[in-house]
Amino acid sequence: MIALSDYLILSAIVFCIGLAGIFINRTNIIMLLMCVELILAAVNTNFIAFSYYGNDVAGQIFVFFILTVAAAEVAIGLAILTLMYRNRGSIDVDVTNSLKG
Amino acid sequence: MENIYLTLALSPLIGSLIVGLAGNRLGRTLSHTITILGVAVSTVLALYVFNHHVLEGGDVFNENLYTWMQIGSLNISVGFLVDNLTSVMLVIVSFVSLMVHIYTIGYMVDDDGYTKFFSYISLFTFAMFMLVMSNNFMQLFFGWEAVGLVSYLLIGFWHGKESAVEANLKAFLVNRVGDFGFLLGIALLLAFFGTLDYAETFALADQVNGQTIFGDMSVITVICLLLFVGAMGKSAQVPLHVWLPGSMEGPTPISALIHAATMVTAGIFMVSRMSPIFELSDVALTVVMVIGAITALFMGLLGIVQNDIKRVVAYSTLSQLGYMTVALGVSAYSVAIFHLMTHAFFKALLFLAAGSVIVAMHHEQDIRKMGGLRKKMPITYITSLVGTLALIGFPGFAGFFSKDMIIEAVHFSNLPFAQWVYYAVVAGVFITALYSFRMFFLVFHGKSRVDRHTEEHLHETTSSITAPLIMLAIPSAVIGYFTIEPMLFTGWLDNAITINSETHGAVAALKEHFHSAFALITHSVMTLPFWMMVGGIGTAWLFSLYRTQWADAIQKRFRRTNYVLESLYGFDRFNEIVFVRGSRKLGDLLWRISDMAIIDQFVVNGSARFARFVGSVIRPVQTGYLYHYAFFMIIGLMLVLTWVLVSGDNPLIRLGS
Repeated sequence: MIALSDYLILSAIVFCIGLAGIFINRTNIIMLLMCVELILAAVNTNFIAFSYYGNDVAGQIFVFFILTVAAAEVAIGLAILTLMYRNRGSIDVDVTNSLKG
Repeated sequence: MENIYLTLALSPLIGSLIVGLAGNRLGRTLSHTITILGVAVSTVLALYVFNHHVLEGGDVFNENLYTWMQIGSLNISVGFLVDNLTSVMLVIVSFVSLMVHIYTIGYMVDDDGYTKFFSYISLFTFAMFMLVMSNNFMQLFFGWEAVGLVSYLLIGFWHGKESAVEANLKAFLVNRVGDFGFLLGIALLLAFFGTLDYAETFALADQVNGQTIFGDMSVITVICLLLFVGAMGKSAQVPLHVWLPGSMEGPTPISALIHAATMVTAGIFMVSRMSPIFELSDVALTVVMVIGAITALFMGLLGIVQNDIKRVVAYSTLSQLGYMTVALGVSAYSVAIFHLMTHAFFKALLFLAAGSVIVAMHHEQDIRKMGGLRKKMPITYITSLVGTLALIGFPGFAGFFSKDMIIEAVHFSNLPFAQWVYYAVVAGVFITALYSFRMFFLVFHGKSRVDRHTEEHLHETTSSITAPLIMLAIPSAVIGYFTIEPMLFTGWLDNAITINSETHGAVAALKEHFHSAFALITHSVMTLPFWMMVGGIGTAWLFSLYRTQWADAIQKRFRRTNYVLESLYGFDRFNEIVFVRGSRKLGDLLWRISDMAIIDQFVVNGSARFARFVGSVIRPVQTGYLYHYAFFMIIGLMLVLTWVLVSGDNPLIRLGS
């Protein structure tokens, strides 16, 4: 039997990987988007685990919404990326610092 | 009476301040008038105080006038203790000071620092008053340091002269040694008595007597010895005497006032004042006596080979101070004060006479280049003769009574070494007569060795110089005769001096043998000191007038002795090698170790280097990128959470279970 805590630990590990990815990876914006997806996946795992063990389907419905929103977000993000690559010739994070004081 | 004492002490200070601050604007005449007026007021009041206390038997005045500071239960006040000892000192100080003030008008006439000089000597007079009138150790120390300061300022008065600057530095440093001992003595006294007031201290003396320190040393002995170290510095006893001959670099009036008549006797006064404490320690008294005898004999010997007129008188001062110290050592405090008084008059006279000669000779001080001044300077000649006779103790003159009493007191003393000290002081009489008359003959008699240019201008000095000489010659001649009986035997100083006559019976024995001052004179021809003195005069006459070539022959014959004397027993060289070079080496060492290595390298540069090292270790962490900080915060948070989850007191997750 897989306990709730095992799910939570898994989700925490995935969350950490995603977070570390955001901070450590400073070269590619696509990587950042992927890491954001990882974090979202960790959140979704939590939702599903709690909904299953709490006998409440609302959590699983939430996950569908989140997946939809994430898909939309990625679509917009990739669109922005494409435009940026066209304008700047690079999707390097360090290059996109024109707002830096 | 309180107002009289205050006026007495403060009027020279006021004069000094006015002239010191506004001397240039006041001009010379007004400056010296103001300061002389201040001191004259003090002199008149001192005579009044003397009359009130000593002659009319007025009550001892002992009151605190002003609280200087209050530290816990220790009250440090400015107060006056005026008893007969103080009264006598006040008269001596104010009178000699007044004479020196008047003398200065003539002596310093062509000096640029005329007004400054008057300001200084008035300030000195004030400081000396504070010293003798104080009723507690703190004020005594204040006066002690203040007279030392003025002495320092005046030795270096001609600060353009390198030798004067060196001499005043030397005087300052040597006095520091003495004052350090003095301060330690006062501190120890405070630790054991708990008070700095004289009267309270003396009342407690019997209680403290018998307590020990450093194993089995008597506290009283240690206190007395430390206080005496202070006296050795100020009163120039061997081995702290080296500054006094050097102090002759200063102008002659201050040599007379400070370095002969008053300041150098502060140590003698202090020990007399402390007589209730010193009486309790035979060890301290013996040390005092032996040091005094060494000074009296050996410093006198140096006077024989000196050729500078002022230095001869300076060594004579050292020798006479030695005599006073011997008197203190044998518990004859009143005799010491008696000699202090007669010495103040005749030594001030001798110095001022020497100054008169120096002025007439256009600042030539070498006695080998003088001679035959008798006819040119009759007043100086006669007054010098009076002073010299008083100094060598010619029967009837002031010094005769005081010196004879000291010798007799030593004779009656039963302290260890008293027999040796007796021989030393009797031999000292011969030496005193020898060097005094050698100088006297060389300066005033014989063939003139003055160079022709000076000879033409040689004449008696002005009246402001000769008047003080005459005024000082009178007491030098007669004061001993009139004051010996009341001062030593009928109790002028009884309310200030304590003598334990059971163990220290010198003064009591003197009293027993004393009949009258006149009897002393007539009796003197049968005593050893008289013939020693006559021998001294004869020897001086033989070598400096009758057969001058014999002196050279003897100098050649006893070259080694002569060398020892001319190198002043090597005290200066010893100090030069051990203390000057030693402290320079020590300073060099400390500079290299503590300054360069510890402070510069370790503390200052070290802390900087440490900060730089720590910085270089920590700096990479501080990247300045916001996301690095955020990352560390998150990672930290996660580590903490994980730790709570896995291994807290009540872990939520048990791994491996």
